[in-house]
Amino acid sequence: MESAKPVLEVKNLTVALPVGGDRRHAVEGVSLTVNTGEIVCIVGESGSGKSVTAFSVMGLLPKVLKPSAGQILLEGENVLEASPQRLRDLRGTRMAMIFQEPMTALNPVLTIGDQIDEVLRIHTDLGAAERRTRVLGIMEAMRLPDPERIYASYPHQLSGGQRQRIMIAAALVLDPALLIADEPTTALDVTTQAQILKLIKELQSRRGTGVLFITHDFGVVAEIADRVVVMEGGHVVEEGPAEEVLTRPKHAYTRMLIGAVPSLKPKGRPEPTGPVALEGIGLGKTYGERRFFSRPRIVKAAAAVNLKVRRGETLGIVGESGSGKTTVARCIARLIEPTEGAILVSNADIAKLRERQLRPYRRRIQVVFQDPYRSLNPRRTVGASIVEGPMNYGLPAADATARAREIMKLVGLQPDALSRYPHQFSGGQRQRIAIARALAMEPDVLIADEAVSALDVSVQKQVLDLLDDVQKRFQLAILFITHDLRVAAQICDRIMVMEKGVVVEEGRTSEVFASPSHPYTRALLDAAPGRDFAFAA
Amino acid sequence: MLGYILRRLLATIPVLLIVAVLVFLMLRLTPGDPAAVIAGDNATSEQIAMIRSRLGLDQPILTQFLIWSGNLLSGNFGESFFFKKTVAELIVGRLEPTVSLALTTIVIAVLVAVPLGVLAAYKHGTWIDRVVMGFSVLGFSVPVFVIGYALIYVFAITLNWLPIQGYQSISGGFRGFLQRLILPSLTLSVIYIALIARMTRASVLEVLGEDYIRTARAKGQVERKILFRHALKNAAVPIVTVIGIGVALLIGGVVVTESVFSIPGLGRLTVDAVLARDYPTIQAVILLFSVVYIAINLCVDLAYTLFDPRIRY
Amino acid sequence: MSAKPAILAPATPSPTLAPGFAVWRRLFRQPSVLIGGGVLLVMLFIAMLAPALGTIDPSAINPAFRNRVPGVERTIRQDDGSSATFRHRMGTDSLGRDVYSRVIYGARVSLIIGVSVAAISLAIGLVLGLVAGYVRWLDGAIMRLMDGLMAIPAILLAIAVVSLFRAGLGAVIVAITVPEIPRVVRLVRSIVLSVREEPYVEAAIMAGTPTPKLMVRHILPNTVAPLIVQGTFICASAMLVEAILSFLGIGIPPETPTWGNIMAEGRNLFRIYPHNILYPGIFLALTVLAVNMLGDGLRDTLDPKMAGR
Repeated sequence: MESAKPVLEVKNLTVALPVGGDRRHAVEGVSLTVNTGEIVCIVGESGSGKSVTAFSVMGLLPKVLKPSAGQILLEGENVLEASPQRLRDLRGTRMAMIFQEPMTALNPVLTIGDQIDEVLRIHTDLGAAERRTRVLGIMEAMRLPDPERIYASYPHQLSGGQRQRIMIAAALVLDPALLIADEPTTALDVTTQAQILKLIKELQSRRGTGVLFITHDFGVVAEIADRVVVMEGGHVVEEGPAEEVLTRPKHAYTRMLIGAVPSLKPKGRPEPTGPVALEGIGLGKTYGERRFFSRPRIVKAAAAVNLKVRRGETLGIVGESGSGKTTVARCIARLIEPTEGAILVSNADIAKLRERQLRPYRRRIQVVFQDPYRSLNPRRTVGASIVEGPMNYGLPAADATARAREIMKLVGLQPDALSRYPHQFSGGQRQRIAIARALAMEPDVLIADEAVSALDVSVQKQVLDLLDDVQKRFQLAILFITHDLRVAAQICDRIMVMEKGVVVEEGRTSEVFASPSHPYTRALLDAAPGRDFAFAA
Repeated sequence: MLGYILRRLLATIPVLLIVAVLVFLMLRLTPGDPAAVIAGDNATSEQIAMIRSRLGLDQPILTQFLIWSGNLLSGNFGESFFFKKTVAELIVGRLEPTVSLALTTIVIAVLVAVPLGVLAAYKHGTWIDRVVMGFSVLGFSVPVFVIGYALIYVFAITLNWLPIQGYQSISGGFRGFLQRLILPSLTLSVIYIALIARMTRASVLEVLGEDYIRTARAKGQVERKILFRHALKNAAVPIVTVIGIGVALLIGGVVVTESVFSIPGLGRLTVDAVLARDYPTIQAVILLFSVVYIAINLCVDLAYTLFDPRIRY
Repeated sequence: MSAKPAILAPATPSPTLAPGFAVWRRLFRQPSVLIGGGVLLVMLFIAMLAPALGTIDPSAINPAFRNRVPGVERTIRQDDGSSATFRHRMGTDSLGRDVYSRVIYGARVSLIIGVSVAAISLAIGLVLGLVAGYVRWLDGAIMRLMDGLMAIPAILLAIAVVSLFRAGLGAVIVAITVPEIPRVVRLVRSIVLSVREEPYVEAAIMAGTPTPKLMVRHILPNTVAPLIVQGTFICASAMLVEAILSFLGIGIPPETPTWGNIMAEGRNLFRIYPHNILYPGIFLALTVLAVNMLGDGLRDTLDPKMAGR
């Protein structure tokens, strides 16, 4: 399918931001082309304007954003000048879109069949029986099990992957020339992501659809892109065939981005020899709900988890959503009480201690949370947040502040920033502050619960380096919770793989990556996007 | 489904019980002898003694409560010394006007408010939206009886289109029944319309910001169908909820409206009973209204499943 | 609201309550806050300066001067023997009392009731809500009691409470406060329950912050803005309920000048002298409207999530 007929040509697109934004244009002078049968990836970090570009094509920009210059040619027709009526006719027939959150992109109160059928009702005059056949046909093409049953189901009865398949079905049912995919796999687990990527690639090559694929993940780019467009701050900085951009990036920004992608090849790390700082024995957490007139619902969030972390060692807990990895972390932090098992810290079992008895041990274990925007109290200065803990344990205010200033320098921030509020910092800076807050307690164990997952890849690298640095400095035992194998490969000495509440495999990182013994671990590794690709690390 | 209904029904029992306890305690909290209070100012000492023994006032308070609630369950609401009737008779006689008034009001309010709210949400930020919101704030701010008198002044006194006050039973002719019901229902519906329109607008607006609305647009769906097929059904749960909760407002309004329009209903009975310190009647009316309110909200709860398949049985 | 510019990926999402003066500046840009606050301020001055606003004793009965239309004049003989003309701007009622003076003095009662009901129900509701939200074994008991109270329609509950006491300002305030409390409790409890899940609260727990300190530092501040907003709406509804109780003749004793009482007194002769309902009605509606507008404006400013509801 290398006929190279352009499906989409974006020429010099400029979209103005409302007055008072942090810059004047959301995107400026963006040009790109998508040919039939081609997958073009727009890559960029948050705020790069990649989504704005995609939404401009569909004419779905929020009202505050207005394209102010340029052309968007869909099969030669400028959609920026199309009437609303014409634009509606084009959507679903010539161009279609799938979104990031399959959980919220489907209407919860309409059946699946109805929602795919809707496209046919809007754009065709087919009879009911004929439409049903076509809907079931496209569902089958999406490899959905039992299409008849799913046809009559509601979105909440399906898994995330199935919902994204439904979205793709509705998008492709009328064979559009252009499919726009806005981070369609970001919200999905890695194994599901691999399946969806495969599906998109297969369908588009069979149907000759041109795909504009928005992503922040270079692994995904390596997996599916024919060509790559790199955006930064509303501008296209580099464009070219995927192979070339990924292996020989020209622009410094692209080089930096690709360099920041953690490698799947574990780093060689010395065997940790420090004393054991934390031990979990047979940890389990069961949630139960008793109900009248129906069976009680019991959920085993985690069961029989054993772990041991030495000082200076990083233990990774890796798993997909629902694997129980966060439950284990929260039990150890004693934010929740485990239903069984023991947690040994400084020779004491803290698993069942009440809050008051727990206090002396609290400072031994500290947590860095996932969401940098919610883990600092927006009403308190950064300084107040950092000194709170040490002062709770009796450190005088002046000493606590002195310590806070010291630690701010350590995490790479100005000590003067202590008097500022969290909203004055970026996400990466806030995560540094959260680390500083944890360090101020002088803990033995640091739990990082998806601590870098919400960050852009360039910032992610800096925060990972910081964690590595403070670990060495304070001989910290780190419990690192993540869904991202690449991150785990880079920072963990040992990893534990969890599935459905149980540990399926455990071992030294290099060994697990080199020869995974459990099928689930193998599946996870196989699903990691761009695994065959050696990034220029 | 049956299990769900049973569970919801059971869940109302503690609430009913607490309401019963509160209403029961109400009398016991009054300073002085409850028997004397119940009997009223002109009671003889024999009457008071009779009441005391019948209510078991010499018994422990728990026994009193059991006797009292046992009586309630067997339909014995006590006796009104002021009206010289059993409370049950009294209530049955006052039921029709109140039910007619409330039902007419609910119908008017829902028919007017939901379209208004949808319109305001659809025309978000325009003058239409502002007018609807303005009306809604005004509706919350003008007391019911002022609205009632204003309507009487315009439509009954100045224009002379409708009768000023009173009630005519539906058995006495539909025309007269309706004529006398129009102004009170309109009066009563103002605040209810304000409430429902506001909630409709808010929840439709919220739904319009959801991702699946964007999906529908990406399919090329027209705005009208997006509004009615996708948005309204999703917005239904909070709207239906507020219709249920608003019944409390409606009941309060009934008390006032019936007084303004001299309608011999339960609301009027409530006021008369309070003025006469006729406690058995006050207790019965409050219990009755509360039970109706709880029952309506139970129905609303059950109705959720019609709108939202996610709500599990 | 309809335009959810999630794709704008804000560099710094605005916090729920920006520290500093930003909130105040935004407040004073809200037309509804300015208008509502302005009208309310005027009412406040009227209430405070009532004796100086050309009024006479609002309770003074004058059998010879009953049921007069607005604008009528009357000669008053003063203590020193001289005489002056007094103009009844809003006429007189069926006892010959000056309606204008009663309306002006009536502002006092309405404002006192609005403010005190709001303050008392917020205070009690805050305490109960915090306890329910944090002390698990008390949660069930408190919330069931609140459910029970909320199952009784507010005005009926108020009527029930006034029927127990001798009518008076205090009884009326208690009667109107009781039904408002459950709503505040629910609001506070739901805030507590959602805020305690916030990572920054969990971080404070990890920092060993004792529970009382945790509440005051990290949880309580989140209730302030919603409570201020809720307070204005309670204030508005309290003034309306007071008027309704007075109007029904079961509120504050009829000789006290309140807007509800003036209207109750004017009911019987409404067909001939509608001004006895018109003037207090306008004052009451205007005041309640002002408070409601202020509340809407405050909510839009302090609680962006609820903006435009």
